[in-house]
Amino acid sequence: MPEEIRIGVFICHCGINIGGVVDVPAVVEYASTLPNVVHAERNLYTCSSEGLESIKAAIKEHNLNRVIVASCTPRTHEPLFRATCKEAGLNPYLFEFVNIRDQCSWVHLHEPESATEKAKDLVRMGVAKAARLEPLEELTSDVIPTAVVIGAGISGMTAALSLARNGFSVHLIEKEKEIGGMLRNLYTLYPTDELAEEFLEPRIQAVKEHKRIALHLSSAVRAVEGYVGKFKVILDESGVERSIDAGVIIVATGAHEFEPEGLYEYDGERVITQLQLEEKLKKGDLNWAGIKNVVMVQCAGARGEVVGYCSKICCMNAIKNAKLIKEAHPAINVFIAHNELQAYGEEYELYYRDAKKAGVRFLRFPLERRPKVRRSDGNLIVDVFHERMQLDIPFEADLVVLSVPLVQNPDATQLSKMLKVPLGQDKFFFEAHVKLRPVDFATDGIFLCGTAHGPKDIGESIAQGYAAASRATIPLARGYVHSEPIISSVNEELCVGCGICESVCPYGAIEVVEVEEGKKRARVTGVKCKGCGTCGSSCIRRAIKMYHFTDEQLMAQERAAVVTEVIS
Amino acid sequence: MAEVRLVGFLCNWCCYAGADLAGVSRFQYPPNVRIIRVMCSGRVDPVIILDAFLYGADGVFVGGCHPGDCHYLQGNYYAEKKIEMASRLLREAGVEPKRLRLEWVSASEGARFATIIKEFTDEIKALGPVTFEKEAMEAACLAAADYRLRIVATKERELLEEGNKYGEVFTRHEMDRLLDDLVREDYEVKRILLRLKEPMSVKELASELNLRPNIVLRHILDLKRYELVDLHEIRDHTPRYIARELSEGGITE
Ligand code: SF4
Ligand code: SF4
Ligand code: FES
Repeated sequence: MPEEIRIGVFICHCGINIGGVVDVPAVVEYASTLPNVVHAERNLYTCSSEGLESIKAAIKEHNLNRVIVASCTPRTHEPLFRATCKEAGLNPYLFEFVNIRDQCSWVHLHEPESATEKAKDLVRMGVAKAARLEPLEELTSDVIPTAVVIGAGISGMTAALSLARNGFSVHLIEKEKEIGGMLRNLYTLYPTDELAEEFLEPRIQAVKEHKRIALHLSSAVRAVEGYVGKFKVILDESGVERSIDAGVIIVATGAHEFEPEGLYEYDGERVITQLQLEEKLKKGDLNWAGIKNVVMVQCAGARGEVVGYCSKICCMNAIKNAKLIKEAHPAINVFIAHNELQAYGEEYELYYRDAKKAGVRFLRFPLERRPKVRRSDGNLIVDVFHERMQLDIPFEADLVVLSVPLVQNPDATQLSKMLKVPLGQDKFFFEAHVKLRPVDFATDGIFLCGTAHGPKDIGESIAQGYAAASRATIPLARGYVHSEPIISSVNEELCVGCGICESVCPYGAIEVVEVEEGKKRARVTGVKCKGCGTCGSSCIRRAIKMYHFTDEQLMAQERAAVVTEVIS
Repeated sequence: MAEVRLVGFLCNWCCYAGADLAGVSRFQYPPNVRIIRVMCSGRVDPVIILDAFLYGADGVFVGGCHPGDCHYLQGNYYAEKKIEMASRLLREAGVEPKRLRLEWVSASEGARFATIIKEFTDEIKALGPVTFEKEAMEAACLAAADYRLRIVATKERELLEEGNKYGEVFTRHEMDRLLDDLVREDYEVKRILLRLKEPMSVKELASELNLRPNIVLRHILDLKRYELVDLHEIRDHTPRYIARELSEGGITE
């Protein structure tokens, strides 16, 4: 026999906030006439310690198995009332909130009668839902105290070191034969002008020497399974398959320089990219004697030419390289043709002024008339449009350097699919929230840092590396994760294994699996599910039950909203 | 103006928070709407919306986060297509699609929430209480619960954005026509099924439901093939059909 439903309703005056508009005693009286309601009372402040005590007392005295509080908003007070129910021995998910303040008394201040009627309706809807509530248990799962960091560039190394120093084991995965990433190709760094090599070397050493960091070189991720606390990352390490268990994953796969094939007469010899210039500067194999004019072209391939975005670091990088050339060879003319100049912040602004002082010349072009590079009699000419004069000014060049954007690595798409984390419009990895969760993915337990997330300079990449490590430390240090039981579940009798649900779930929480030979059914991984319910409203067989917001509960509420006579 | 009853489904993270803010800021709006909290607008199943109409809602409001802001990334994109599907079915059932409204309201848009609800309430008041033939709305509910429309409502976005498996991308216009046809057909089929609780001939069905006989016949043949309808008897050379017991996938409960 199903247990008898015994609902207690607590209606809050909230001082005069509710009581000043809504006729609270009338609502209490009405509530007590509703089916399954065995107790109804009003409180001056239900959330005060007296109010909470009276809930607990009523649960005992009236043997309540459902509790409704009609007061403010669940967004602020649900945790408190749930905890109260729990203290009184009632499953917290048998609690239902009715909002009669923020969404009733406060917005109908001048219509007390209508507000009272509305409050009654809202309580009736709450009762209809409460009668259909089911007890739910919070999900807890352990966290393996190990991290996987994918990508051993500067931000990945920073994150790995930070985690290792915090006492966690780290598997650092690098697809190249060596660690260090993009920094290995750089010559000097702005704004300090120090040698990249000198900056990088001690950090590489620290990573290599740390006993809690396991390096996996020439390795690529082949598959990822699991969820926060219990990931399994399958690697291909120089042709050998390996499997790593980890609690968290940090994506630090970096980016690479766009190759301006077919643009600006690019040939890799006399028309080169900034990175190629750095390599030449580093090796010292440029024949300076033969160079009188250097022209740098900003935004090459960026901001609408090929990719849409501004790569943000190329301005400072060009200024750095221009300044370097000018300081070493004052006789050489160095021009930077640019549209905007991103030398943000005081430090960068001063650096820019230094470059100007050193004699670097800046030429501004409109974005609609980008510079053109042409060859005439073996000479390179760069035509830069002068906006005020409305004409192309030709600059002879012995070396043209293109400031091209950083672009996402081609294998990122695959990785994003394996991890089930999104890429944004520009194909960079996409964080959970630009301000509130800048290094998290929406999927729990997976974090992000460095240029995999978008163009960034060294300082920013390092800062993000630390940030990602500190976010990842939260589940690692705690050792377990909790998740709300507001999740979906599949009725395997109805499910036909079509996979529609899987295709809409943003977290990979529901997957079609072969339950027995030839029979496929959707399965939910509770800790991964965030309870959005989109799978439920999409399921072609209506086979999915969304706990705490079931079809039955929502329909009971919606019917109670429009049908005044009580339907039980 | 007549009193009308409105039901609002608001997502927890944006619109519900916006509604709370309207309260905190004491922005006033008409008291006709009854709000139901859901975690995401993507949760709102067309079946539930149509069921609210069936039970007497004069208008249904769905509020979610602005595009790109959904707490669950894309729930609101799916919601949009589902709401469109529900509107189409409302139209088939003879109810003004305007009675169903979807809006994006952020947690900081308290004033906007109040304005929208006021506007919507006024609009529904102007239309007056909803009227429809009960069986028509039941047919709409059944169609919304059936797999065909559920697949298209979910996959529509993909088809519009990524194309089918041959990479052919549908235009908005083609998609609209396709959906109109599909929805109409499914709705007609459900109407026929509901009528066939009693045995009837194609001609009788056609005249009662105001459909062309050849269309009714085509639906009946399909229904027979799917074993949803049986030949009941042949009287005066006229076959009469009857529906099998409706199983699950119908109106819930
Ligand atoms: S959408 Fe429904 S029927 Fe299809 S696999 Fe998922 S649960 Fe099963
Ligand atoms: S409720 Fe949302 S998060 Fe959970 S399985 Fe369904 S789609 Fe995924
Ligand atoms: S959470 Fe608001 S629409 Fe998805």
